[in-house]
Amino acid sequence: MKHHASDAHTLAAAYALGALEPDERREFTAHLRECQACRQEAAEFEATAARLAAAVSQAPPPALKPAVMSAIDGVRQLPPRVATTAPSRLSGVLRRRAVPLALAACVAAAALGGVAVWQTQQNREAEQRAGRAEQRLDAISSILAAPDARTVHGRTSNGALTTVVSSPARDRAVFTAAGLPAPAGGTTYQLWLDHDGTMRPAGFVDGDGTVLIEGGTAGAEAVGLTVEPDGGSPRPTTAPLLLMPLTA
Amino acid sequence: MDDSPPDGRAWPRLRLLTSGAAAQVNRPLPSGAGAPAPAPAPACASASSSAGDGGLAEVMEKVAHGDKQAFSVLYDALAPLVLGIVVRVVRDRAQGEEVAQEVMIELWRQAARYRPEAGSVTTWAGTIAHRRAVDRVRSAQASADREQAQASREHHTAFDEVAEQVETRLESEQVRRCLSGLTELQRQAVTLAYYRGLTYREVAETLRTPLPTIKTRMRDGLIRLRDCMGVTT
Repeated sequence: MKHHASDAHTLAAAYALGALEPDERREFTAHLRECQACRQEAAEFEATAARLAAAVSQAPPPALKPAVMSAIDGVRQLPPRVATTAPSRLSGVLRRRAVPLALAACVAAAALGGVAVWQTQQNREAEQRAGRAEQRLDAISSILAAPDARTVHGRTSNGALTTVVSSPARDRAVFTAAGLPAPAGGTTYQLWLDHDGTMRPAGFVDGDGTVLIEGGTAGAEAVGLTVEPDGGSPRPTTAPLLLMPLTA
Repeated sequence: MDDSPPDGRAWPRLRLLTSGAAAQVNRPLPSGAGAPAPAPAPACASASSSAGDGGLAEVMEKVAHGDKQAFSVLYDALAPLVLGIVVRVVRDRAQGEEVAQEVMIELWRQAARYRPEAGSVTTWAGTIAHRRAVDRVRSAQASADREQAQASREHHTAFDEVAEQVETRLESEQVRRCLSGLTELQRQAVTLAYYRGLTYREVAETLRTPLPTIKTRMRDGLIRLRDCMGVTT
């Protein structure tokens, strides 16, 4: 589907006014990358639209500011976008989701903990890591924002509070723990998906925070957590600290 | 993070918007919701000049480095615009405040992604706020898709009234003047899309006008507004 110039130009106005359907917006955004003139025009139109916004400004209620200021304490900032020569299509798609929910921001922030070293971005490896972390964030956000997302809570036998948010439509789930004691030396926490009594490895947790559970959740009845020797085990070797049914 | 589980209900927190905060912002405003005082609010300084945005770009740089004091400045400069456009589109004060809060948090989160060469800070914030408001409205709409046709017919009868409201309540003299310089169809196309959050298809339906015409009117209208307001990037 190729727009000729005039068509693309008329879309720049609808784009700036937020009047495109999501897939049209996506398409037009892609088109913008290749069309300098359209970029220029879209930028001017967006600036014009912002004047329309400014014209209806309202004084915010006094309580809003303290609420925002205290909320950002828990929100980690995104790193600057790294210009990659060939951004993978998948990450592009995920990124564009721009998941709106504040809750996504919060959990995403937690998920970033300890992963990313943005300061050393010049370093190629760090860049890749950052890219992966971002993809993971996007994946987590997309689950939290899924219309069919459901939440179950649990408590591990060693006292941590846990939450699992799963989305059947996305076939994925996210695990969050708070108050999880550091695992004893030489051991790690391992997640499991319970398929009809068979425990399948589903990734690791090294402490408080949020992780994407590895593997599809379709057909899984529960999420489990055990302590395993470093590196993990193909099947649980200790009694589960937690077994949370996936369906509330 | 509070870690006192009073009755075992303090689960790991996924939400930032505490119900306490929501209750606070839901309080009726002393000035009367939706009835802006005729005097131009000093809080809306950003409305008058986008050129005065120059200072904000520097503030943004600090915000991008995690400077909360700078964010406080940014909040003061942008919150009126963000709240204004969000409430306008969402058309519900309490919900609008909730979305505005999300938008402000989003500005903090995305600060490092702001690129001055792509536009002013005000434009950036306005775009994010409008998009978020529209997303909110459309996701609410999607759940009641069948009502869409009905809603659209209602728009048809309501748009004159809306256009009028918009014009009389605009706080910026210049924007009002520039809007009045558009043809009827241009103005309706632009304001229904932007202030009501309609897609251009919905605008076409509402105005019972062919799609290509609406696209063209939107563009012509924006070009005229742009030139009238002296917008440059």
